[in-house]
Amino acid sequence: MAALNLTINGDRLETAAPDHWTLLEVLRYRLGLTGSKQGCDKGDCGACTVLLDGQPVLACLTLAGLAQGRAVTTIEGLMPAHAREGKSGADPVQDAFDRCGALQCGFCQPGMILSARALLNANAHPTRAQIRAALAGNLCRCTGYTQIVEAVEYAVAVAAGVEPAPRAWETPRARLTDIEEQGTRRPSGQARP
Amino acid sequence: MLRLPAFALERPRTLRAALELLAENGQSAMVVAGGTDLLPNLKHELFDPKLLVSLAEIDELRGLCASAEGGLEIGAMTPLADVATSELARTRAPALAQACGLVAGPQLRTMGTLGGNVLLDTRCQWYNQTYFWRSALGFCLKKDGSACHVVAGGKKCVAAASNDSAPALMSLGAVLHFESASGAREVAIDEFFTGDGIQNKKIAPGEILTCVRIPPMPAGHRGAYGKLRDRGSIDFPLLGVAVRLDCSSKDVVENADLVLTALAAQPKRVKRASETLAGTKLGTPAFDEAAEKVAELAYQQCRPLANIPGDANWRHEMVPVWVRRTLAAAATEPNVTT
Ligand SMILES: Cc1cc2nc3c(=O)[nH]c(=O)nc-3n(C[C@H](O)[C@H](O)[C@H](O)COP(=O)(O)OP(=O)(O)OC[C@H]3O[C@@H](n4cnc5c(N)ncnc54)[C@H](O)[C@@H]3O)c2cc1C
Ligand code: SF4
Ligand code: FES
Ligand code: FES
Repeated sequence: MAALNLTINGDRLETAAPDHWTLLEVLRYRLGLTGSKQGCDKGDCGACTVLLDGQPVLACLTLAGLAQGRAVTTIEGLMPAHAREGKSGADPVQDAFDRCGALQCGFCQPGMILSARALLNANAHPTRAQIRAALAGNLCRCTGYTQIVEAVEYAVAVAAGVEPAPRAWETPRARLTDIEEQGTRRPSGQARP
Repeated sequence: MLRLPAFALERPRTLRAALELLAENGQSAMVVAGGTDLLPNLKHELFDPKLLVSLAEIDELRGLCASAEGGLEIGAMTPLADVATSELARTRAPALAQACGLVAGPQLRTMGTLGGNVLLDTRCQWYNQTYFWRSALGFCLKKDGSACHVVAGGKKCVAAASNDSAPALMSLGAVLHFESASGAREVAIDEFFTGDGIQNKKIAPGEILTCVRIPPMPAGHRGAYGKLRDRGSIDFPLLGVAVRLDCSSKDVVENADLVLTALAAQPKRVKRASETLAGTKLGTPAFDEAAEKVAELAYQQCRPLANIPGDANWRHEMVPVWVRRTLAAAATEPNVTT
């Protein structure tokens, strides 16, 4: 058993775990942060993606002891970080995934959103090819990826203050605003700018 | 859920301390770099170390720089992502930068190191499985058993070298630098891999790979790496092709090298490739004809086995296709060294 001093989502925490525990196991079973998913548990799927010092890594292949003194961001940390910047609601990437229907079962979402967040932190205006490359280590078994890529583009457009391009399921006429006006959309945390 | 077996973890801050830990603990200790090959293998109960010595805190092992002679020196702990995106690597060793950029997916390239890639364990669909899965088949030669499921009656393991960096480094004539408690040694990468799938690397317990040295390339050097896989990301190679073309100032091939991997335990150099391509000028029918001949030579010289996923006959048919494609990629990319 080794003492672990971890900075998780901005909080300095002290916990302990055997040397052979992964960061994913510490997050889920010591700290109760079950947002990071345990999919394949061997590096294939990306469901366990967290940010280590801002870089997406796989928590299922990261020994907890090697996260000592480093900053870990999990999906649970995005909204509080957004709030710390004085803003309301979800992180804009989370909001975009919600607005674009970029999920079905949701299992891949925490990892997918963290990979996307890291991309946008490094590059505020990525091309579609750059978005696809950044998400290429995150598998989704449900959506077919189209809405996921569109969600990231949507977040980029919102941040830039420009009109988002029509999504695959929208005809040029039936834009998101029309749907919103018809009141068919579930309200989400954040008002559109 | 795949648990790791119990072990102790040490995180030395200096190479000397790491070498001492390895010397003290002998066979019961293993080195962990990025852990992206070792941890899945430990989860599959393929190794049983009592101690893991992490190299992650040893700063002297990380970094990529130009060598005094005009080549490259890459610390073993340099992440693959850094090699793939380094301007220096892309210009001086294009095949290596491309190979590193095609390993696995983005997270694994951030975590995985060049040293760990060179030292990747061989892979086989009957081996990279859980203990439970392997036990159902009575195990195999490489681990816990006595038969090979790939070659019936085979007495030699033919698990596949699957590291994308290895063929690229062979085409570049790289040299590996090792340290141990008893001293240092250098070995040319051509001498490093063997045909034994159980242990295809000549590395002794207690040794740490510290640095990969790439000699300077001639002015007209071009390189490319081509990779066959089911998906455009995450997958290990079903075939890897590293190409080297050293050309004159008039784009005439003077020297060439092709090394293929994901066949058997050792990457394979295509024989007579250099003679066939030498003297032809890039972009002319003579070059295309020579490339066609090299593709045919590779087809004759390579026999993919049923060791890794993907039908072996299909992988065989893909050999000339990827040799042609990768030669074309090397020939048409802007000559980066001039
Ligand atoms: C889903 C998935 C897909 C992958 N796809 C690919 C792929 O397409 N191509 C590919 O080549 N690889 C692939 N890999 C394997 C792996 O991610 C890479 O090969 C990576 O470069 C390994 O480096 P590492 O630092 O993580 O090595 P580790 O796992 O830390 O080490 C690998 C081995 O080398 C030894 N070792 C490491 N560094 C040293 C050193 N400096 N001195 C002495 N011994 C050392 C370790 O003891 C261990 O036996 C994949 C892995 C996964 C999980
Ligand atoms: S090649 Fe044969 S002995 Fe080697 S790992 Fe595969 S089944 Fe086992
Ligand atoms: S759970 Fe970590 S990659 Fe699948
Ligand atoms: S939404 Fe189900 S895996 Fe992506």
